[in-house]
Amino acid sequence: MNKTVNQKAWFFVAPVLILVAFNAIVPLMTVVNYSVQETFGDNVFFWAGLRWFEEILRSPRFHDALGRQLFFTFTILAIEVPLGVIIALAMPRKGPWVSVCLVLMAMPLLIPWNVVGAMWNIFGLPELGLLGKTLNTLGFDYNYTRQPGDAWFTLILMDVWHWTSLVVLLAYAGLVSIPDAYYQAARIDGASSWAIFRYIQLPKMKRVLTIAVLLRFMDSFNIYTEPSVLTGGGPGNSTTLLSIDLVKIALGQFDLGPAAAMSLIYFLVILLFSWIFYTVMTRGEEQ
Amino acid sequence: MARAKWLIPTIYIIFLMLPIYWLVSMSFKTTNEILGSFTLWPQNFTLENYRTIFTDPTWYSGYINSIIYVTINTVLSVTVALPAAYAFSRYRFLGDKHLFFWLLTNRMAPAAVFALPFFQLYSAIGIFDTHLAVALAHTLFNIPLAVWILEGFMSGVPKQLDETAYVDGYSFPAFFVKIFVPTIAAGVGVAAFFCFMFSWVELLLAKTLTAVAAKPIAATMTKTASSSGYELGLLAAAGTLTIIPGAIVIWFVRNYIAKGFALGRV
Repeated sequence: MNKTVNQKAWFFVAPVLILVAFNAIVPLMTVVNYSVQETFGDNVFFWAGLRWFEEILRSPRFHDALGRQLFFTFTILAIEVPLGVIIALAMPRKGPWVSVCLVLMAMPLLIPWNVVGAMWNIFGLPELGLLGKTLNTLGFDYNYTRQPGDAWFTLILMDVWHWTSLVVLLAYAGLVSIPDAYYQAARIDGASSWAIFRYIQLPKMKRVLTIAVLLRFMDSFNIYTEPSVLTGGGPGNSTTLLSIDLVKIALGQFDLGPAAAMSLIYFLVILLFSWIFYTVMTRGEEQ
Repeated sequence: MARAKWLIPTIYIIFLMLPIYWLVSMSFKTTNEILGSFTLWPQNFTLENYRTIFTDPTWYSGYINSIIYVTINTVLSVTVALPAAYAFSRYRFLGDKHLFFWLLTNRMAPAAVFALPFFQLYSAIGIFDTHLAVALAHTLFNIPLAVWILEGFMSGVPKQLDETAYVDGYSFPAFFVKIFVPTIAAGVGVAAFFCFMFSWVELLLAKTLTAVAAKPIAATMTKTASSSGYELGLLAAAGTLTIIPGAIVIWFVRNYIAKGFALGRV
């Protein structure tokens, strides 16, 4: 659509701008402010320069948390995106089952995050939970509160349970937008189902999949509530992701300077990755 | 192969329903049954857990609080996003693309980063522990999302609609409220759905910004889990009740969920 140039449009945007700026800029400035100062309480602050940034960037604790975070995010992306596409491809396109599928699949998305954590906490209990009891009956030695491997397994399974549906909904929205004529033409040409997927369905889903990958990346990188209810970062520190570590430093130990410096580094990492994903995934369109 | 296709969604849905089933079935069990034996469905069916929740104000006020701030947030986000999305879809103006991208970057901000500064900011302006505080805090990620979704829907409406209305003598506000908004009613529904959803499920900010008066139900649950030992049945019943509002909302917008994101642009 060709848009007209109209500077008065700023008036339409002003309310949004004021609200979001109030929420984003003031707190962000607070964080920047803390990140370069040191405090011993009583609202007395000393200039600390970039010391906290150096300390955080050098600390093994931060490296470990970042490593766990990257492992978590890329594992769930590698599972949820292909799985979501496969399920969307297998879903019916018409008929009464469409609504049933969509409503049931959207259910996990609407459950408060700590309830998701609590639900999986109960579901996985070795003696009382359906998952834990079943695995132990089958002869696996499963206990997510004691064994790091089991904690990771539960954490990833929980995220797959929670968020794959978002990928399914997005991929499905891309698929239903393909006109029937495309499929008829493919049938006349004798295209295999792989060729239909590769040259018709995948290109049509590309835009929504970009949104899916970006949203899943941002949200999984920010994840806090579910793992903190499920494992609390444990056993030990084995599932302490970035957000959990940050909250421990900021609200647990009240180390405002290091916490603020870590927040900014954290935010920059997300921005950087989002930008890389966005650039790589939309590169084809610009050419 | 093609005939077995229905198996994939079916297995997936069963996988989705299992933990939910376990939660719901546990909510109808007595504490003795939960701790004493492993049963696949309630042997001594009881509504005691639900009775506790509906009669104890510390429990049910949590639901009321959550519903109040989610409603304020949804109305506020969609109302301010409507004119902004119109501006982005119809006009070009100085810095429009940068502004749009800046709005979206707020969607990326980790809530953990903002928890403490929000607490200080809202305490300073004196609205700590009010429904308004949580509703305002949640606009940080809901307004960008609402603008994004609405802009997609509005771009799908041909500009001739606007022009015809002006020729017919409508003023801008009259056109916007009486003609334009009803035309994109589906988009408003989808945007409201996503605002509701993200405000309903978020807990970290909601918990940080409230103490007693506006405490969300989800926070009441965490408190109970740690303070009164391990009352799993009660916890399960409270959890089950938090699923219901979401399920009702999904049923109303089921035909639009898939479209919501597809029409938006990246």
